[in-house]
Amino acid sequence: MKALVCVKRVIDYNVKPRVKADGTGVDLANVKMSMNPFDEIAVEEAIRLKEKGVVTEIVAVSVGPAKAQETLRTALAMGADRAILVVSETEVEPLAVAKIIKAIADEEQPGLIITGKQAIDDDANQVGQMVAALLGRPQGTFANEVAVEGDSIVVKREIDGGLETVKLALPAIVTTDLRLNEPRYASLPNIMKAKSKPLASKTPEDYGVDIAPRLKTLKVTEPPVRSAGIKVPDVDALVAKLKEMGVA
Amino acid sequence: MSKTLVWVEHDNASVKDATLAVVTAAAQIGEVTALVAGSGCDAAAAAAAQIAGVSKVLKADDAAYAHALAENVAPLVAGLMADYDVFVAPATTTGKNIAPRVAALLDVMQVSDILSVEGPKTFTRPIYAGNAIATVESTDAKLVVTVRGTAFAKADATGGSAAVEAVGAAGDAGTSSFLGSEIAKSERPELTSAKIIVSGGRALKDAETFQSVIIPLADKLGAGVGASRAAVDAGYVPNDYQVGQTGKIVAPEVYIAVGISGAIQHLAGMKDSKTIIAINKDEDAPIFQVADIGLVGDLFTLVPELTGKL
Repeated sequence: MKALVCVKRVIDYNVKPRVKADGTGVDLANVKMSMNPFDEIAVEEAIRLKEKGVVTEIVAVSVGPAKAQETLRTALAMGADRAILVVSETEVEPLAVAKIIKAIADEEQPGLIITGKQAIDDDANQVGQMVAALLGRPQGTFANEVAVEGDSIVVKREIDGGLETVKLALPAIVTTDLRLNEPRYASLPNIMKAKSKPLASKTPEDYGVDIAPRLKTLKVTEPPVRSAGIKVPDVDALVAKLKEMGVA
Repeated sequence: MSKTLVWVEHDNASVKDATLAVVTAAAQIGEVTALVAGSGCDAAAAAAAQIAGVSKVLKADDAAYAHALAENVAPLVAGLMADYDVFVAPATTTGKNIAPRVAALLDVMQVSDILSVEGPKTFTRPIYAGNAIATVESTDAKLVVTVRGTAFAKADATGGSAAVEAVGAAGDAGTSSFLGSEIAKSERPELTSAKIIVSGGRALKDAETFQSVIIPLADKLGAGVGASRAAVDAGYVPNDYQVGQTGKIVAPEVYIAVGISGAIQHLAGMKDSKTIIAINKDEDAPIFQVADIGLVGDLFTLVPELTGKL
């Protein structure tokens, strides 16, 4: 079974985003960029399934700027077999990303599509569910644990009240939550090897997908700032404060 | 005036709190029809009909909807949307699972996790873990929106008297099935509706000390219990305790952060709390930059002392 993993190049999760002074967006110039952390978990899970002999080939896909090639090289260094980059220097919304992935899935016929539950830049949490809808296939979102059993996959999902387990007929789409696994670091030899793994470069037009945005961003602003308060010297002072607030 | 269709989150018997904030948001967009999709959900539909501001309830009662599997409910919602302009769902794990699937079926770009309604098709929403707020306007003919519960007041659960209308089921897609769930039973207030939350971080060391330090304080205050991602990853508490960008978003009256350094991903989940109290031994921890009241010191002595003195 072939696995498709979808990865996105985003601001590094350790960087504090700054809103541009003109209110048009977040300043990404000279900012460290990395693979979306949830997508790293997706790549790792595909590799583990390959190590178990369930998956035979891993194709990593990214929709983004030419520089997203670095993100795909990271996926290849971790253990993906080949990569497809769909280049767009303008931002592509989740719906259009989903349409591109759907088109790639039609060509590649993967048994499993794995991606992060959300990207930490737009925080949309949409692509996996949308791909599933467009393909008419089942979805296991916010996965905590997965197990392939014959022609189906059992997915334990992280939900608001705890955990839920669903069984999905393959092909299926899985989106990863934090506890699914801990992604590996690519070793230096594997980073070198990744440089010669195949990486195809495509455009949205190649897949006949219109990426014109449906949402207009009117402005981007800083959130209201919380100012630091006071420090109390000891527990008695804290208890007094809590009593003032009517909490205790 | 727009016609909105609201996803009612329920357990077939009663309506969950998350729905009430969604009704408030939907009422700011247009007329509110509530959809109760479930199995044996008469009681939930009757409860939805009582919510102030709901003008009609649609009830889709079918075994296929018992566990709100997205594969089965998304086609139902997409079909019903022929008569509505905006689908509005809570940004809960259920809403986040279903809404994008509905949006794709309708060829609509969803607006996720809205904080406010600025116009018929204009909303604000957080991006970059809430470090920026985007104002976006949809150009789609129909809209799919999910709502951040803490950003809207809750509609009154009673006072309404909407008619309940049964709608036909769209059937079982046959591609997914529910096997079971592990839902923690707790007398404690739910995190997303608790007035006070006591949250613990990595500094709690292990599951036993988390229990022995955090729980007595929470019990004393009648508080909900939360945790940072680090504490959940380390296995101190289950995943549903996690507060943060990708966990639960909370905004209680009082949030007490114990041994939590304050990574931006955690702050994203709690910085709208009314009062933030931080207890941490590192006086330079970022949590103190957002805390209204800070106490620097060893949590293993301070927290039991605090619990004792309350």
